Amino acid sequence: MKATFLASVGIAAATAVALTGCSGGESGGGGGGSEAASCTNTVVNAEAPQVTVWAWYPGFDQVVDTFNNANDDVQICWTNAGQGNDEYTKFSTSIESGSGAPDVIQLESEVLSSFTIRDALVDLTEFGANDVEGDYAEGAWEDASSGDAVYAIPVDGGPMGMLYRQDIFDAAGIEVPTTWEEFEAAAQTLKDSGDGAVMADFPTNGRAFNQALFAQAGSVPFEYDSANPQEIGITVNDDGAKKVLEYWEGLVKDGLVATDDAFTADYNTKLVDGSYAVYLAAAWGPGYLQGLSDADPTAVWRAAPLPQWDAANPVQVNWGGSTFAVTEQASDKELAAKVAMGIFGNEEGMNLGVDAGALFPSYAPVLESDEFATKEYEFFGGQQINKDVFLDAAAGYEGATFSPFQNYAYDQLTVQIYAMVQGEKDASQALDDLQASLEQYATEQGFTLT
Amino acid sequence: MATTTAPTSSHRAEAHQQVKHRPDRNYRRRQRWGWLFVAPFALIFLTFLVLPLVFAFRMSLFTSTLATGDRFVGFANYAKAFTDPLFLDGLLTVAKFGLIMIPAQMIVALIAALVLDNLATWASKFSRLMIFIPYAVPVVIGALMWGFLYSPRFGPASTVFALFGAEAPNFLAQDSIFGSLVNIVTWQWAGYYMIIIYAALRGIDPGIYEAAVLDGASDRQIATRIKVPMISSSLVMVVIFALIGTLQFFTEPQVLRGVAQGAIPTDYTPNMYAFSLAFSYSQFNYASAISFALGIVVFVFSFFFLFLTRKQSGLK
Repeated sequence: MKATFLASVGIAAATAVALTGCSGGESGGGGGGSEAASCTNTVVNAEAPQVTVWAWYPGFDQVVDTFNNANDDVQICWTNAGQGNDEYTKFSTSIESGSGAPDVIQLESEVLSSFTIRDALVDLTEFGANDVEGDYAEGAWEDASSGDAVYAIPVDGGPMGMLYRQDIFDAAGIEVPTTWEEFEAAAQTLKDSGDGAVMADFPTNGRAFNQALFAQAGSVPFEYDSANPQEIGITVNDDGAKKVLEYWEGLVKDGLVATDDAFTADYNTKLVDGSYAVYLAAAWGPGYLQGLSDADPTAVWRAAPLPQWDAANPVQVNWGGSTFAVTEQASDKELAAKVAMGIFGNEEGMNLGVDAGALFPSYAPVLESDEFATKEYEFFGGQQINKDVFLDAAAGYEGATFSPFQNYAYDQLTVQIYAMVQGEKDASQALDDLQASLEQYATEQGFTLT
Repeated sequence: MATTTAPTSSHRAEAHQQVKHRPDRNYRRRQRWGWLFVAPFALIFLTFLVLPLVFAFRMSLFTSTLATGDRFVGFANYAKAFTDPLFLDGLLTVAKFGLIMIPAQMIVALIAALVLDNLATWASKFSRLMIFIPYAVPVVIGALMWGFLYSPRFGPASTVFALFGAEAPNFLAQDSIFGSLVNIVTWQWAGYYMIIIYAALRGIDPGIYEAAVLDGASDRQIATRIKVPMISSSLVMVVIFALIGTLQFFTEPQVLRGVAQGAIPTDYTPNMYAFSLAFSYSQFNYASAISFALGIVVFVFSFFFLFLTRKQSGLK
């Protein structure tokens, strides 16, 4: 009897093994990749070792195909694991579990230190990253490195500018504002004209957008260096941040700007249907606008530099921008580093990114090319927006430092700005409370405040 | 005395064992087959429920901070959880939801079931299906759909209110989000509870109604004095389902947060708090502790409720 029982269990176990073995065999076509994952793209050279890549760039399939056709010794196996936080959540879980991360991953520069502190990213200096430093815009390179270490290769940036509706401005008799003072006056004029549009939106969940506006008035929220990972300086309530938030608090109170949540369906529609006269945007904004439906067909869009606090001393800021990093789970880190540097690190790849993905390149040979500067955008009535606005903005950007718990910091920023908009506290109090909550969090997490 | 009784009793025990020996072996043999049939379930149950639970519990006994790494701390995470204002606020929020949402679902489900039980036309079958349909919609899809219905721009509210020259309320604002969520949950679950109650009503012997009519009872009296008391055990079950569901409130607010990030913070309910701790802030250890702490609360509430209603539910 016992024998029969064991035999039955044995058969069941054998069947289970056979089933798993079968499914494993189907996907295990890769060569040297750390994960035998299924690729979104078709691998051209099945013999060559594969490097898995997570990225969400628009039109990235074309870039991958170009890379794979041009390289015999390595092939990209690409997966779109979600955009922004969706991808980071998956990456974070695979760091915790110790497996499942790709070899190369697209990360926004603001989250790099959140992952370096968990020892999830490879310092690329030992794989020749310093040799290509000269190929990239200075601010972007600064954002991707910490001290002497380089944790990612910059891909695209988000220098900020102001996209505005010329038709709405003309109807209300508004000149394009160059300072925030003029911006406020223009907002008042627009409101008085009874047009129904408001000047702009100040989303409480703007996250990096809000932080970029603070930075323009000199706010330096964090001081952090991956070389001393246990020390952090937090000053999210400095004078620069307070000055900016008090300004917007005034606009909100006077009903001159909206406070709709960003990146919702409502917001997307309002951006293009004439609800807002101005879209304070990063260089990827024009691409974002063009992808939205329900656009007002009579809209006349133009781009101008971001308004300044002091017109004589303009300060340029950045919103977003992403990089390629190599994960610690990569089986062949050198090969992965080569891919991270190679995907957009040549004119062909980067030009494809510019054309198909509307990226604002960090790769200098494309960034500094005449072709890019004089590119005419039909959406803006043929305006050369790079030359007029974004190239200057990018050139003036000096980089920023983010905290190793940036997601938490942004969530708390949203909580505080929302409370301010609800009238529960004023701007200064909101930022002081933010400072207190971040200090407490950092201490709980074992950091020493400097 | 002792010398004479001792052998007798041991002898008796031996004899007793001998008698029992045969059926015992048979019994064990059958047991083995039983285990084999249970094995597929047991394997999956162990792999996907028990092991993760044990693993999560082990995780909850450690602490891991961004700057300092792993450390065993025993039950310190639990002490922290039950004094964490964010967790306690979340519990308060779901308690408020429970107070409003459970009665709302119960009343809708009970009235619908009683009415349908009295109807015998084709309309009854059709209405039953219509009331049940929201439950067939996946929760995430339902919440997304309501997100659009609540949207000031895409939703019908602005059009409807404009007919009367009024301005539509913002369903996603801080002070209205509570009611908006109650509405989604009631819409989704009332139909399911209705089916449970309806099935219980169909199980009542119709002879009782005839007797009641002969005694001069009205339809309303039959409903409140006969039907409701007779299905009380089903009602208790429905409340337990609703209670557990409410304490673990997660999907609807998490989905709606996509369009109302200000009104629904990441720590709105205990489950959302655990989720964001783990997956947004990579505090897996503390998130495990929060999850277990919530589990304890759910257990205590359910146990307490079952104890209070032991008479109605037939447990006593």
